[in-house]
Amino acid sequence: MREREGEWTGLMRSAISGDGAAYHRLLKAIAPVLRAAARRGLARAGQPVDQAEDIVQDILLAVHLKRHTWDANAPFAPWLFAIARNKLIDALRRRGRRVFVNIDDFAETLPGEAAAETVSASEVAAQLESLPARQRAVLQSIAVDSASIKDTAAKYSMSEGAVRVALHRGLASLTARLREQ
Amino acid sequence: MRMDTDQLIRTLAADNTRARPVGFVLALALLAAAPVSLLMFFTELGVRPDVMTAMRNPFFDLKFAVTLALATSAILVSLHLSRPEASMRGWGWLFMIPAGLLVAGISSEMMMPQRLPMMTRLVGQNSRVCMSAIPAMSLPLLAAALIALRHGAPTRPALAGAIAGLLSAGIAATFYASHCTDDSPLFVVTWYTIATALVTAIGALAGSRVLRF
Repeated sequence: MREREGEWTGLMRSAISGDGAAYHRLLKAIAPVLRAAARRGLARAGQPVDQAEDIVQDILLAVHLKRHTWDANAPFAPWLFAIARNKLIDALRRRGRRVFVNIDDFAETLPGEAAAETVSASEVAAQLESLPARQRAVLQSIAVDSASIKDTAAKYSMSEGAVRVALHRGLASLTARLREQ
Repeated sequence: MRMDTDQLIRTLAADNTRARPVGFVLALALLAAAPVSLLMFFTELGVRPDVMTAMRNPFFDLKFAVTLALATSAILVSLHLSRPEASMRGWGWLFMIPAGLLVAGISSEMMMPQRLPMMTRLVGQNSRVCMSAIPAMSLPLLAAALIALRHGAPTRPALAGAIAGLLSAGIAATFYASHCTDDSPLFVVTWYTIATALVTAIGALAGSRVLRF
């Protein structure tokens, strides 16, 4: 557990200083842990666990958009679990449950495998539809078609800077819409 | 359109926009809002005419020490609370600085011979202005602080909002102190505190709504 969290902190430090591959690896590494915790939280609240993926995506978006609040001298796991706990409580509240989420839900869980096949489109995907056309196109190109920023810029005859801005704004407005729903 | 978690992760990793630190954003927001409060101050109140002589009165100067200590402590605590894992543990004592200064002021005033009785000093002449001017001048600052703190990730939004209220009341009270002719720490501890409590409550209420993330 310690070792795993030490590794996360290292990856996040590299990520903050601009190492995109480290960041990708970090997000891949935390997703199963978040998934297991979300399932456990849902189960405890008597909710169907197949909604866990929505919560995982919500947490990942928050981690991404709030990563500047992480202090690079502090360990990463407490920061992550605080965000995850906040999002999980939020999600359960939106589903009409008053719940107590134990921080240990996050610290002690073993990674959970992704559901074999996500049958229904996720909440994130549903909100994607309502974004302004340009943000949506950029997100679609990068997320679904796995295009790079450069390719996306070429495809829509935008500058790379404009693609970056649209991507960031798209992720931010996705989060805002998820919160308001 | 579908987006599974792996696709989302890939997308997040592609977004390398650097966000500015919360402290920087808060500084900008307060610098933008301060002129609005100052405009209110100079159109409605203005600096007291005898300010040059007043500055030689330690109790006049003490007002600024108290309000600035409050504003500074609140800025530090609100930046701390903008981190999701933060708690108040080890930070609450900062507010003992303005409180302690006030207590020290009250006790030293008690030890000096006074022209006016205690209640007269406490009630003063400007209590009503004090209680309306400090909250009014706080509001632009509070709004700015809340907007800036939305940039952070406070997991206790009502508390973070309350601290933003203290912060803005501390700055507004600093402006107000240069207008007010009541310098007794007894006046300050009563009316400034009521005004500050009001702004803090507004901040907590607003924070619990707008500081969720």
